[in-house]
Amino acid sequence: MRPDGILRLAFGAVVAATLAFALLPSVVVVITAFGEKSLLMFPPDGLSTKWFVRAWTYEDFRSGIRNGLLVTAWASGIALVVGTLAAFALERFRFRGRDLLEALLLSPLVIPHFTFGVGFLILASAAGMSRTYSVVVLCHVILVLPFVMRSVYVSLKNVDPMLERAAASLGARPLQVFLRVDLPLLAPGLAGGWLFAAILSFNEFTATLFVTGQRTQTLPVAMYTYVREYADPTMAALSTMLIAATAFALAIANRFLGLDRILSIQAGH
Amino acid sequence: MTGQAGRRPAYFPWFVAPAAIAAVVLAAAMAALLQYAFRQHVPGSLQVGGFTLDNFGRMSSWVYLRVFADSLLLSACTAGFSLVLGYPLALALVRTRSAALKSAILIATIIPLFTGDIVRTYSWLIVLGKNGFVNGSLKWLGLIETPFELLYTMTGVTLALVQYSLPVMVIILSAAISHINPDYEKAAASLGAGPLAVLWKVTLPLSMPGILSGTVTIFAWTLSAFATPQLVGGGKVNMVSNLVYQLGFSNFDFPFAATLSLVSLALIFAILSLLGLATRRLEQAGFR
Repeated sequence: MRPDGILRLAFGAVVAATLAFALLPSVVVVITAFGEKSLLMFPPDGLSTKWFVRAWTYEDFRSGIRNGLLVTAWASGIALVVGTLAAFALERFRFRGRDLLEALLLSPLVIPHFTFGVGFLILASAAGMSRTYSVVVLCHVILVLPFVMRSVYVSLKNVDPMLERAAASLGARPLQVFLRVDLPLLAPGLAGGWLFAAILSFNEFTATLFVTGQRTQTLPVAMYTYVREYADPTMAALSTMLIAATAFALAIANRFLGLDRILSIQAGH
Repeated sequence: MTGQAGRRPAYFPWFVAPAAIAAVVLAAAMAALLQYAFRQHVPGSLQVGGFTLDNFGRMSSWVYLRVFADSLLLSACTAGFSLVLGYPLALALVRTRSAALKSAILIATIIPLFTGDIVRTYSWLIVLGKNGFVNGSLKWLGLIETPFELLYTMTGVTLALVQYSLPVMVIILSAAISHINPDYEKAAASLGAGPLAVLWKVTLPLSMPGILSGTVTIFAWTLSAFATPQLVGGGKVNMVSNLVYQLGFSNFDFPFAATLSLVSLALIFAILSLLGLATRRLEQAGFR
């Protein structure tokens, strides 16, 4: 074999090994989920699907899923509308306080979620709204806004301003231009941004742990509580279902929207 | 695309107002945090006392400094290891010609980013546990008799943190690598440089901005990790976030929890500002 071939092979092996490391925990959890014994062990003894039944019927998980879907639906929906309007205005107009507004809206990308959680907990108790759904939703809206805004920014780069001018010169009022020209052109990017926001909101754990209570706890918080109390493969079964759902959602996002565009990884030359 | 300067359409305030409300709420939460950091803790009560600087004085205790030191050490190790592991992956992602392989690498890389903190961290408990994957495999191979202690150790927490940061590192690095004009590499190769020399002397130096930004971003990002040290560290390995949670929900000492949160936030902002400064220097030195 030529030295080039050996190098290529070695490079391929390094890449494959790294991917194996990245995927190892998911693979191990899926295998463990089908174990027989109530003890967490690898490789599992025997084969069983009883943990899936238990995960699916466990009341705290069921209410966690209900609460989580409720919070996610509201948070990602509100963030989609608020983020789209804001990103459009920030991109197209110059106004006083513009940079401050943008910096504040994008700051959740760098603020640690536990800091965020403590801040919202203090604010909520000062406002007498401790552990209500409103606070959880508000917290999630602000956390996922940057991701919606980002998808709008990326999509707006591909909208030709000449189209807006053409519509305006044909008599369309400004709002009509936005609704009938920009919005349809932005739609695929917005769908990607919304999906992104929904996945992040549904899985958000750290800030949520601080602002939810027993009644409002979302699925990740219920799962955390379960891990602290029990050590059986129920969580592995639930994790398996969640990994499958996430992989499915990502594959759809990639197929229709191009994840590399959402994540702004440019194609190689 | 700044067009339409001057005159703003009638809908403009309606577009900005909802976001402005969100920004005000966020600012209020951070202001609440700031205010609490200077308040006295009343033991056994959720009410806070008067204004004080004591919380900042308490931080100089060895117990708390040690947690900060551990957090910085874990973040540094995580940033270093994810750079070493992430670079080949990013290079493969950008340079692979097959679209199917590219999608496969991309999806495999970023799945851990989306499965959520708890699923990912719980999976590590099974990988590292006494009867887990690592110990189970080693025992099955007859290499060890007694299981390794991997859970609740710095090594275990670092492993889990590296897997957690790898996707972000790969995203940042591949954005930087995709900016490199491959003609430079071709020129070097045509002048007789071997593939390793091209990588070492052309590709790697040209991806410096990405390497810098990836490493610093992961360092700052790891400083805000919570779920991983909370479960994999199991109370034996603590980062600042775990201390904050414990202070808040076991001791109800929210003023001190607010102080530590505030200091972490300031630390992260300082690190990211330094990154901004360094990036501008690199740009002045001719990097894009």
